[in-house]
Amino acid sequence: MIPQTFEYTAPKTLDEAMVLLEGGGKPLAGGMSLIPMMKLRLATPEHLIDLGRIKDLDYIREAAGELHIGATATHSSVENSALVKAKCPLLAAAAGAIGDPQIRNVGTMGGSVAHADPAADYPAALQALEAKIVIRGAKGERTVSAADFFVDAFTTTLDAGEVVREVVVPVEQAGTGTSYMKMPQPASGFAIVGVAVRVRRGGGKITLARIGVTGLSNIGYRASAAEKALEGSAGTADDIMKAAALVTQGVDANSDLHASAEYRKHLASVYAARAITAAASKA
Amino acid sequence: MKINLTINGKKYSPDVEPRLLLIHYLRDVAGLTGAHIGCETSLCGACTIEVNGKSVKSCSMFAVQADGADVLTIEGLAQDGKLHAMQEAFWNQHGLQCGFCTPGMIMACKAILDHNPNPSDDEIRHGIEGNLCRCTGYQHIVNSVKAAAAAGAGK
Amino acid sequence: MATTIIQTEKLVGKRIRRREDPRLITGTATYVDDIQMPGMHHAAIVRSPHAAAKIRSINIKAAAEAPGVVAVFTGKDTEKVGPVPCGASLPGLRVPHHYILAIDRVYLVGHPVAVVVATDRYLARDAADLVEVEWEVLPAVADPEKAIAPGAPPVHPQWPDNVAFVYHQEGGDVDKAFAEAEVVVKQRITSQRLIPSAMETRGVLAEWRGADRQMTLYTSTQIPHLVRTLVSGMLGLEENRMRVIAPEVGGGFGSKLNVYSEEALMGFVSMKIGKPVKWIESRRENFLCTIHGRGHVDYFEVAAKKDGTILGIKLKLIQDQGAYHQLLGPAIPTLSVLMMPGLYRTKNVRAEIVGVFTNCTPTDAYRGAGRPEATHGIERMVDILADELKMDPAEIRLKNFVHNEEFPFPTATGLTYDSGDYAAPLQKAMGIVDYKKLLAEQAEARKQGKLMGIGICTYGEICGFGPSPATPAGGWECGTVRVEPSGKVTVLTGSCHHGQGEETTFAQIAADELGVDIDDILVLRGDTAIVPYGIGTFGSRATAIGGTALYFALQDLKVKIKKFGAVLLGSPDVSFANGQVTCNKMGKSVSFKEVAAASYRAMKLPPNTEPGLVSTHFWEPPNFTFGFGAHIAVTEIDPETGQITVRRYLAVDDCGNIINPLLVDGQVHGGVAQGMGQALWEQGVYDDNGQLITGEYTDYAMPRAHMMPWIQSEHTITPSPVNPLGVKGVGEAGTIGASPSLVNSVVDALSHLGVRHIDMPMTPEKIWKLVAGGKN
Repeated sequence: MIPQTFEYTAPKTLDEAMVLLEGGGKPLAGGMSLIPMMKLRLATPEHLIDLGRIKDLDYIREAAGELHIGATATHSSVENSALVKAKCPLLAAAAGAIGDPQIRNVGTMGGSVAHADPAADYPAALQALEAKIVIRGAKGERTVSAADFFVDAFTTTLDAGEVVREVVVPVEQAGTGTSYMKMPQPASGFAIVGVAVRVRRGGGKITLARIGVTGLSNIGYRASAAEKALEGSAGTADDIMKAAALVTQGVDANSDLHASAEYRKHLASVYAARAITAAASKA
Repeated sequence: MKINLTINGKKYSPDVEPRLLLIHYLRDVAGLTGAHIGCETSLCGACTIEVNGKSVKSCSMFAVQADGADVLTIEGLAQDGKLHAMQEAFWNQHGLQCGFCTPGMIMACKAILDHNPNPSDDEIRHGIEGNLCRCTGYQHIVNSVKAAAAAGAGK
Repeated sequence: MATTIIQTEKLVGKRIRRREDPRLITGTATYVDDIQMPGMHHAAIVRSPHAAAKIRSINIKAAAEAPGVVAVFTGKDTEKVGPVPCGASLPGLRVPHHYILAIDRVYLVGHPVAVVVATDRYLARDAADLVEVEWEVLPAVADPEKAIAPGAPPVHPQWPDNVAFVYHQEGGDVDKAFAEAEVVVKQRITSQRLIPSAMETRGVLAEWRGADRQMTLYTSTQIPHLVRTLVSGMLGLEENRMRVIAPEVGGGFGSKLNVYSEEALMGFVSMKIGKPVKWIESRRENFLCTIHGRGHVDYFEVAAKKDGTILGIKLKLIQDQGAYHQLLGPAIPTLSVLMMPGLYRTKNVRAEIVGVFTNCTPTDAYRGAGRPEATHGIERMVDILADELKMDPAEIRLKNFVHNEEFPFPTATGLTYDSGDYAAPLQKAMGIVDYKKLLAEQAEARKQGKLMGIGICTYGEICGFGPSPATPAGGWECGTVRVEPSGKVTVLTGSCHHGQGEETTFAQIAADELGVDIDDILVLRGDTAIVPYGIGTFGSRATAIGGTALYFALQDLKVKIKKFGAVLLGSPDVSFANGQVTCNKMGKSVSFKEVAAASYRAMKLPPNTEPGLVSTHFWEPPNFTFGFGAHIAVTEIDPETGQITVRRYLAVDDCGNIINPLLVDGQVHGGVAQGMGQALWEQGVYDDNGQLITGEYTDYAMPRAHMMPWIQSEHTITPSPVNPLGVKGVGEAGTIGASPSLVNSVVDALSHLGVRHIDMPMTPEKIWKLVAGGKN
């Protein structure tokens, strides 16, 4: 219940933070994963750099057909943002599926993404949205795709001293239906599996399908084979079933007390079918 | 580290160790023992308070993070000796038994109505999914929120 | 004459909001961790990370030198403190010596090996990490059936077979029953380990005042007096010099019906350092170091006639005791045996319990304590028998119930069921849910390929623990009524409620008997310096026994009130009602308040009467009380995911007379939630090395609001003849009724696929596999 001692600095600007992080500090955003781990002494950072005081990291705005979500925008602000709900409903849905209201009030986009919990909700949506992660380091900024950002469980492409500055998602085009569905682990609320789907129709066919899956394996991923199977099809119930069966293709599934690998894979297909169906119905 | 915060309308300027959890500051230093500690994994909600108008789990926040914040705890809910409608509703509806989860539960329930003055049963149940109660089976808590809503407790 | 509020409307039976709530809803109640004292120190306990290991050495140097640390103690320091007591006595019971800190070997993860005492809780925690223990890790065993298999590592080296005890009980002629049976059904049924998980973890604050040779021990307990008796004994302190206070207690569910090493350890530390010292259990410690519940593997056999008449029951019960016996551990499975015939008439039963040591947390009383396990077993078996005989589960139950004219009914296990109308709640429940219509709906659902189940459980439970010969440490309770000179009434009870609401229900009883305003009554409990003695709150006993003790104290008091009233009125011909002593002949009366004042002023005493108005009654119950009821659960299963939806949950409970229906509803809801938790989500799971995998809320799935269905609570009322209040008990009823009705419901939903039994918790994966494979 009691963390080890640490030094604490709350810079007011990102530039200040960069200097501190280069000195070996650990960034603290909402702390919803980090602080419990520190209380259990599973994490013992020596210097916490609190990003919470940096005003220009907490924003949600639209620019050039994209939504920019600042690193310290909380899950509840994403979930309840009129802008996000209207222009990128999948992201709002994923945000609303995280944890519980108190956790969503504090937990942040940047913190969640950087933590890269394999059962977190955001990765499924970010994969399906082909989101871009803007990374800030001492040497400047770089932008990577969600596909490249998540490397392994709790491992991202972030280098030491780097932080997530913002996440960029596309403004959803008219005619796109989306859905996020998950089976929560009953104790923690994390996803046993979660499937995020975007589907667009045109000319009686599915013209775009994007499917992100979380909880199933070491990272959230895009189910490319399933997407390909769906795109160009008429999107019938049969097409959906066939595509959903492909979401686990080539995936090494997790196994734990709450779900075996076999069951997880099965669930991924079931939830994929349901999420595709729901998304298609809105497309 | 010197911090300033307002708790239940009263100003505090303590010098705290960075690792001091906000819940420990409230309970052990400020003497506000209403919020409780029920776990260390941010999953029970017994420590729920409001920071700048938002419900948070004060066991998963350092006191230094609350520097400059306006904090409301269960002790600050009643005004001028009059119980908040949610407290009154918990009392009338038997929304508590052992009482340990209750301060956090009442704060979480208040937050539901702050955003949604007339929630459905399902919205109430999801609104308190971050708060464990081992005694009531939650039913009388749901009734309490409905009664408070009917009494106009929502903003 | 002074104005007096006269209470004429009876309060017993009314839905009254609780009198204890104002402090709880304002955050001003005082739990152990809310208490601070001048000079108070904090303790952190160093615990074993291994389930079985020898301690080669402990180095406390770095810890002792750490900032703020005033003392570090290990098992060598506390060796002379008496062992953590086991209050259960069974023939041949093997009781390992349970040191409060390990000496040279640990037997479970979380086993305490050292205590670090510092000026601040953060510093104590820091220093605990500096205690260096050199371990020699040994093989462990965490499964009771593996533990009694040949070649298993011994938990305690002196007992290589890991058997803690073997207990037999038999009634009637079981062999004859099975020989005459037309059908025998058998099933292995488990009742998994559960973690009680009161929302307030345990906590202890010990304050030793050496000059006075007195100790005050604040502890979150259900049994303050027993803690005083036993912990003072462990410490070698005279019992009258220890005061135990259970302040506000944040739930117990049996887990605080115990005496724990930390209670004696804090007493020991406070005596050593001469300062108050506090220890608050972390949630992780609560998972590892506070008792667990259940932990059964049951092999049931039921013999019956083709018409469904049950002829006999056999049970082999393997009880996972864990590494030690806590206060009542070995006694708990014996309650399962007592309760194994359920509500049924059969007189032929045979049971064998094998209590098994494992390198796990000790099991002991958890809400229901032996009775949910028994009820789960027999109610599953009755459904399996019904399935075998193609009978309706309701019909087979009605056929086998004890008949109304048979009460008091002596059971095959030596109990005497006090009163009952066992068909009544079942019939009421069937009427409320429209059972026939449900069956038709289910048939239709099946045609459409949907999985819908209807599950019935009819249960009986031993409430009101209990007659002293049958209850370790005594089964009576104490009640005191003290009328103050001003006429205000203080009730002292040996019951030690921790959420049940006796500050309200006991005040209702006292208000009715004395005819005073309920606001004039204060109910106190939980302090050994205030209450004469008490057994405590557990086993659905507070109202049945504590309430009855209070009732009799009130009767004694009323006699004295009349005596004083007669003196004041100058007439021996008086009655006492509605707060007035009245002489009808004279047409005069005096108020209760006037009588109280006169009794203390003592200007004129009635013959052979002491001044004052105080009465204490220790009530010994002549029997247990036996609540009963019927629960019906309607479930639907998602065949693709295996997820279970509880569409409807109805509890019809008969707990005898009801003092406060609002509070009874609360008890039922909470009880059902815990039973549903066992049926659907909760499980204490160890790996083969004795590590508790579900050792935090991250993996131990507690019921949350959005997981719970609406619970409908209804009643039949059959007063108990055992006590004058006619009450039985309801604290555990919901838990007992819930798990069988839910499992029966889900098995019913899958029965056409050949499924006959499902072990708990019924996780979606388990159900999905059954749907996919159609097997059990």
